[in-house]
Amino acid sequence: MAEKQLMKGNEVIGEAAIRAGCRYFFGYPITPQNDIPAYMARELPKYDGVFLQAESEVAASNMVYGAAGAGARVLTSSSSPGISLKAEGISYIAGAELPCVIVNIMRGGPGLGSIQPSQSDYFQATKGMAHGDFHLIVYAPSNVQELADLTFKAFNVADQYRTPVMVIGDGMLGQMMEPVEFMEPIDPDELPKKEWATDGAKGREKNVINSLALDPRDLEILNERLQDKYKEIKAQEVMYDEYKMEDAEMAVVAYGTSARIATKAIDMAREAGIKAGLFRPITLYPFPEQELAATTEKIEQYLTVEMSAGQMLEDVRLAVEGRRPIEFYGRMGGMVPETDAILNKLQEMRGE
Amino acid sequence: MNEEVIMAGFGGQGVMSIGQLLAYSGMKAKLEVSWMPSYGPEMRGGTANCTVIVASEKIPSPLTTHPNSVIVMNLPSQTKFVPKVKEQGLVVKNSSLIDEKIERDDLTIIEVPANEIAEELGNTRVANMVMLGAYIAEKEIIDLDIVKNSLANVLPERHHGLIPLNEKALDRGYNLVKEPASV
Repeated sequence: MAEKQLMKGNEVIGEAAIRAGCRYFFGYPITPQNDIPAYMARELPKYDGVFLQAESEVAASNMVYGAAGAGARVLTSSSSPGISLKAEGISYIAGAELPCVIVNIMRGGPGLGSIQPSQSDYFQATKGMAHGDFHLIVYAPSNVQELADLTFKAFNVADQYRTPVMVIGDGMLGQMMEPVEFMEPIDPDELPKKEWATDGAKGREKNVINSLALDPRDLEILNERLQDKYKEIKAQEVMYDEYKMEDAEMAVVAYGTSARIATKAIDMAREAGIKAGLFRPITLYPFPEQELAATTEKIEQYLTVEMSAGQMLEDVRLAVEGRRPIEFYGRMGGMVPETDAILNKLQEMRGE
Repeated sequence: MNEEVIMAGFGGQGVMSIGQLLAYSGMKAKLEVSWMPSYGPEMRGGTANCTVIVASEKIPSPLTTHPNSVIVMNLPSQTKFVPKVKEQGLVVKNSSLIDEKIERDDLTIIEVPANEIAEELGNTRVANMVMLGAYIAEKEIIDLDIVKNSLANVLPERHHGLIPLNEKALDRGYNLVKEPASV
């Protein structure tokens, strides 16, 4: 691996995408992710790639649809309100079974909200991106190195399953700098040919990419194929991490930035004699439900921490299935939870 | 070792740059580092600040509620951040621009006439480096040479001509703490 570099999270996403063989970026500016398009605008021309600032997010997501259909590795990035606008195109991309990577650097909502870090797009990312029975694979890195690794992986996984993949972070992760080491770059010309791509039908049967199937049984067959795909993804692609869970009696469940802050609170709790640990989903979809359920044998109490009103909390409840009590601590609107507050909550749950 | 420092000033005083320089130097010294800027409307005109953490162990959170140290370049920054410093912590204060006394008596306070020193060097824009030099001298977490050698990696290329000046500014701040009589 190359020498460590000190880089901003957003720029790391751009670099990791290029190293994964991405040569196309379509987007529309919005804070706090603007360093991504800025990086791509600067770097992609060096690789004969295309950076295009679309006239709108809707247009950008349809450009991604087109490039993905032609077989290219393609990226778009935005922040919360912009992702809502891209949702229509993302549903089409999922329906047409096309691979692409979408980055959401979340900011406070609803509406235009704020530009400060938030995690209130969990429902959107994992359950309700847009119309239709589809899911994205959703990666939630919690440090800059993971931003690099998971963005890189996202392109491979997207191609493998022919499905859109989302990398979800927040303003804090996008803006912070940490040391990072990158994977060796992939040459997009060396990637396996996508036999289904609409890249010119001269000398072969024509390929069709479409999400329209007016015959309901045809559409049901497409949906069955999608569901089979999600079943496979659930079986193969779950990622999570644990911190000090070996002897823990209480577990904080948190992802991304919240998990970083919770880690510190857990260290403080340990100093105060509370055996706390962290369970951190890395894939939000597929959610590590079995792995979390397995912890109920030892864990007596759970605390879910999010920068939202409690969205992942529902998946935690589904996994724990009422076997243990679950409490919630969250901040909203761009406020970041403080370690002291999480520690207080743990102490309060312990009856201290 | 776990050093959490907030650097604050008004936009243009270069607090983000000295934060990045400290973080980069820490990385070169094989320590764990993180740099977290404030971003948003408060940057325009008000106080800009960043949090740098340099540690021997993996850094859990890039934010801090109670920093060990603060470097304050102007009065609003002193007002905002000095109350948050840990007990017995460190304040490096730009005495060229801040007259107001610090009420707390548990802190180590280093007064650095950073703008005046930078002016003597011929460019007030290196006041930030004077402040960082003083901080490095007091904390001794990273060698000054590593910091100097990191300048080329942190400053944009168009400013590389100013590296010798920045080195001088770091030295002046450093010597202010190490050899107060000679300054």
